[in-house]
Amino acid sequence: MLEIKTAKTRKGKRELEKRAPKLVESGKKTLILHGTKTSGVLNAVLAQIYHLKKDCAVKYSRRNENVKPFEAGGETSLEFFSLKTDCSIFVYGSHSKKRPDNLVIGRTYDHHIYDLVEVGVENFKPMESFSYDKKLAPKEGSKPFIVFIGEGFEAVEELKHLKEVLLDLLRGEVVENLNLAGVDRAYVCAALSPNRVFFTHCALRLKKSGTVVPRMELEEVGPSMDFVLRRHRPPNESLRKEALKTSREKPKKKEKNVKKDELQGKIGSIYIPDQKVGETPLPYKAKGVKRERRESKRKNESDGSASKRKKEDS
Amino acid sequence: MEAEKQHQFDVDLGNLMAFDSYHTFPSQPPLSREDLTRQCLLKGTHLVQAIADALFTLPSIEDVDGPLVTLPPPTTKLPREKHLPKPKPPTKWEAFAKKKGIQKRKKDKIVYDEQSGTWKRRHGYDRANDEDAIPIIEAKPTDDPEEDPFAKRKENKKNRIEKQEKNRLQNLKEAAKFGALPSHIQLAATALPITGTQAAPKKVTKDELGNVAGIAATATASGGKFDKKLAGEKPQKHEGKYRKFLPVVEGTGIGSLEREQTEKILNKIISKNSHNILNVEKAVTMHNVKKEKKRRSEKGKALASATDKKLKTQKKSFKKGDSKKGKAKGK
Repeated sequence: MLEIKTAKTRKGKRELEKRAPKLVESGKKTLILHGTKTSGVLNAVLAQIYHLKKDCAVKYSRRNENVKPFEAGGETSLEFFSLKTDCSIFVYGSHSKKRPDNLVIGRTYDHHIYDLVEVGVENFKPMESFSYDKKLAPKEGSKPFIVFIGEGFEAVEELKHLKEVLLDLLRGEVVENLNLAGVDRAYVCAALSPNRVFFTHCALRLKKSGTVVPRMELEEVGPSMDFVLRRHRPPNESLRKEALKTSREKPKKKEKNVKKDELQGKIGSIYIPDQKVGETPLPYKAKGVKRERRESKRKNESDGSASKRKKEDS
Repeated sequence: MEAEKQHQFDVDLGNLMAFDSYHTFPSQPPLSREDLTRQCLLKGTHLVQAIADALFTLPSIEDVDGPLVTLPPPTTKLPREKHLPKPKPPTKWEAFAKKKGIQKRKKDKIVYDEQSGTWKRRHGYDRANDEDAIPIIEAKPTDDPEEDPFAKRKENKKNRIEKQEKNRLQNLKEAAKFGALPSHIQLAATALPITGTQAAPKKVTKDELGNVAGIAATATASGGKFDKKLAGEKPQKHEGKYRKFLPVVEGTGIGSLEREQTEKILNKIISKNSHNILNVEKAVTMHNVKKEKKRRSEKGKALASATDKKLKTQKKSFKKGDSKKGKAKGK
């Protein structure tokens, strides 16, 4: 026998509706996980990825023994975390002899694993090791420029996949309006060889150029690292088709206080508060009244002067 | 040169992304780390400039915080994180109304109340034509005098509410089939908490089924002993506890068993209290009891009447011992 369970409070209902599938999706949250064993370098990498995506990221700081993304049966715990935190991108760091400084970036679709990319981190330079003018530091939550350099991103299948995953991870929220005063950061990804990608985070310095478009300069602020490609699992073809579907409909915005009448067409209602006309004192500021006042003043002055003349004459 | 460079870049303004697919890093002369980084940043500067060229030439709206630009939709397709919301299937009434051509029309909020003679709201507190507000119900000639009309009305209302809830549950089940259940509603037995998707049914193992069937088989009056067996059903190997009883009548050689059991019990009793000070009187009494038992066994059946009475007492003590051992075995 089934029974109907609903949220008990309005707030709970709103939270559940936020997690419902939407017609147009705006952004994806990121879940950052630690493996059974991590190294100092990897802890720093995960901490700084969290720092870059702070407003739309969730960080789990305990070690997870059940999370093994590439092995059969190791996805259940990961999918549960995805469901619980409502994140659809996860970054999982682990360290072992076979795969040192290992980073797995993956995405979920309907809280099931969609695809996975495994990279190794080398030549890591943290944010603190860069020295630059602190006025240039990027603001938290600003939308970044993302740059991919190299023919490998088109020729090599793994690099193409990594490019898509990195773009999904780094772009943040899809926005319609952008404030040009707020552009201040850029990510640079360069394919140095078929299995190595240079990644760095830069601040933008906007210089005067004499035209509408300013001259852009990059200032490296870190973190900076090399990604060495290891394993990857592309998505299932049918699942990919389903995930790439978009709807042409747009969510309808509710028109308030508008009715339709067969005779008059559209009728709108405008709220006007009660007006107490009899009690309101009228403002005495009309220009016409001012002119009349000035003329009456002149008449009074002339009368005064006339009276003075009369006195002098007598 | 700039035109050529401009032509080579792929710029996606919706994602603020640029991609240069023609650049090749030379691998033959191995560059140092700093040179490689500098080259990447130089190339990155060109691409960022390309994005800025496209971005700052868009028409902008002046705002207090700065110029606002409307970005075009992204051209790079990325997968969604959840499926598209599925349209809700029509409810039973909606399907019927469509079939019959019944048009939906709005009802007035204010309805005339016959009881009080005023206009009242249709729903809610102090509603119009409220059954609970009727103080007197006129009886008809056909009414049953045993029946309470007020209780009947309450019962009818309760039945209506139950029917409404049943219909609502049926409509939600139908919506759940198409995966279009509302996100804040969960059908309790089968649904996962948040997304409302169907949970996979658990697989029951063969052993579990066997255990459940075995438990059910002993639910008859005879405890399953005289029931018909199903085809291929094997009899139970072991039905109950293992218990042993010593024979009632003594024979040659059986006395030693009794003696062994008795000594075991006595040793247990003594060993339990070994840390206490030895009670001399109890010890002497136990010793005497042992001696008497030896004498009786030696005499045998010489004194029949006396042995009968004494044997009865012995039986009682043995039964107690048996019960203790039985419990121990049960554990």
